[in-house]
Amino acid sequence: MAQTEVDIHGTQSAPKLSAEHLGMAYERDGQSMQVLEGINLDVADGEFVCLVGPSGCGKSTMLNAMAGFLSLTSGSVRIDGEVVTGPDPRRILVFQERGVFPWLTVEGNIGFGLSKLPRAERQQRIAHYVKTVRLEGFENSYPSDLSGGMKQRLQVARALAVNPDVLFLDEPFGALDSITRVIMRGELLRIWQSERRTIFFVTHDIDEAVQLADRVVVLSSRPSQIKQVLTIDMAHPRNISSTRYLELRDELLKQIGLAYEI
Amino acid sequence: MKYFERLRPVLLVAALFAIWEIAIDLHPGYILPGPIAVAGGILDLLRHGLLLKYIVASLFRVTWGFALAAFLAIPLGLALGWYRRGEMAINPLVQFFRPISPLAWIPIAILWFGVGDLAAIFLIFVGCFFPLLLTAMNAVHNIPVVYIDAGRNFGLSPSAFVTRILYPAVIPQLIVGLRITLGVAWLVVVAAEMISVNSGLGFLIVDARNAGNRYDLVVAGMVIIGVIGLLLDLGMRSLEQMKSFRWINSEG
Repeated sequence: MAQTEVDIHGTQSAPKLSAEHLGMAYERDGQSMQVLEGINLDVADGEFVCLVGPSGCGKSTMLNAMAGFLSLTSGSVRIDGEVVTGPDPRRILVFQERGVFPWLTVEGNIGFGLSKLPRAERQQRIAHYVKTVRLEGFENSYPSDLSGGMKQRLQVARALAVNPDVLFLDEPFGALDSITRVIMRGELLRIWQSERRTIFFVTHDIDEAVQLADRVVVLSSRPSQIKQVLTIDMAHPRNISSTRYLELRDELLKQIGLAYEI
Repeated sequence: MKYFERLRPVLLVAALFAIWEIAIDLHPGYILPGPIAVAGGILDLLRHGLLLKYIVASLFRVTWGFALAAFLAIPLGLALGWYRRGEMAINPLVQFFRPISPLAWIPIAILWFGVGDLAAIFLIFVGCFFPLLLTAMNAVHNIPVVYIDAGRNFGLSPSAFVTRILYPAVIPQLIVGLRITLGVAWLVVVAAEMISVNSGLGFLIVDARNAGNRYDLVVAGMVIIGVIGLLLDLGMRSLEQMKSFRWINSEG
């Protein structure tokens, strides 16, 4: 087993999120296709974990299964010891594109999951998260008036507003241009450091993983297993020209099976 | 400049009227009336109190036929679009009835409802029901999966899901479908009134021809039908421009 149990926060508390022997198979043309096999992973409270792997390996499948959107063929996912049986507002999935509701304003989107709160509290929560994702002045704008990066920030704000235990992000910056993507990483780290949520982040971008994560989980190609769990032992802000950064990045590239040169 | 932009269609219509009038004047004795004669026909109808009466009669039938179809077809279409099994069961039936022109139902409409408003309303209903049913079904199919997943993620109850995800997500397509179908209803009412009732704009056209070749009234009827069709479409378009639907046109 390639899995390494590293508790980066130095506590012995139970894991926030744990995957036990995850297995997932699809039926296609009468044949069973194994997508995930024997996946074990523990994620600590407040930890930022990135999941990388070759394209089509089942990263999104694993994420969707952990968030409760897909049912597993075998194994189970637990959050705070409780088995995940379906989608739940305690864990919010942030989508790559079109995740915000075009018929609601920025405020409406952020307040989407807050309809059960008293009005004053809801307004206060909305105002807080408008500020957190820096959308002040756009409270009454519709998503069509926002840029791609602002829409993704809005989606993150809507997710955080319901105070979830875990945030699942499925290549959230994958559809953005490269400059916006870099800016968004900084924003996400800033938000994560102030809000301290557990984050499980799928990406196909090695640099993104090394820049963001406490640990990077590398999946193999199908049937996907965990090939390696790499701890990124660098404090934020990270110097992306440092030797350590490049070492870690090269290590991940090697694990994915890519050469050092193009 | 903007003033001229607005004036352009008006000028075009005026030019067409002028050409029409000149062409008629060059061929006296030809039975087709010119615009001046048609305007006289419209005035005639106004004077006899028939114009308003016929317009109201036609709009009354369209309103009822269209509204009944919308109230039945849209909820049914949304439900069928959501529960694909139901759709698969009912789809052959829908595809069977859809190509039958609403006009083919005229004899049956008269058989069931007699000559009168009900027959015409029924024909409009038949003409609107299937397009609206299909619009609603397709609108559900076209809801992006992320909206549905996001709705599930935030733990909405089934009724909250319908009002907060399903309904807003289908609205843009429903409005387009309603607009097109209202046009269909307006087409059908004229045809229905030619046969199954004794009032309305369709009746006016047939009656004017039968009662002494009053072609000025025939064309007057056509002009009024066109103008009201245009107004109905403008009305439906202004629905899209309503403040709460403002996001529709800029979606992206």
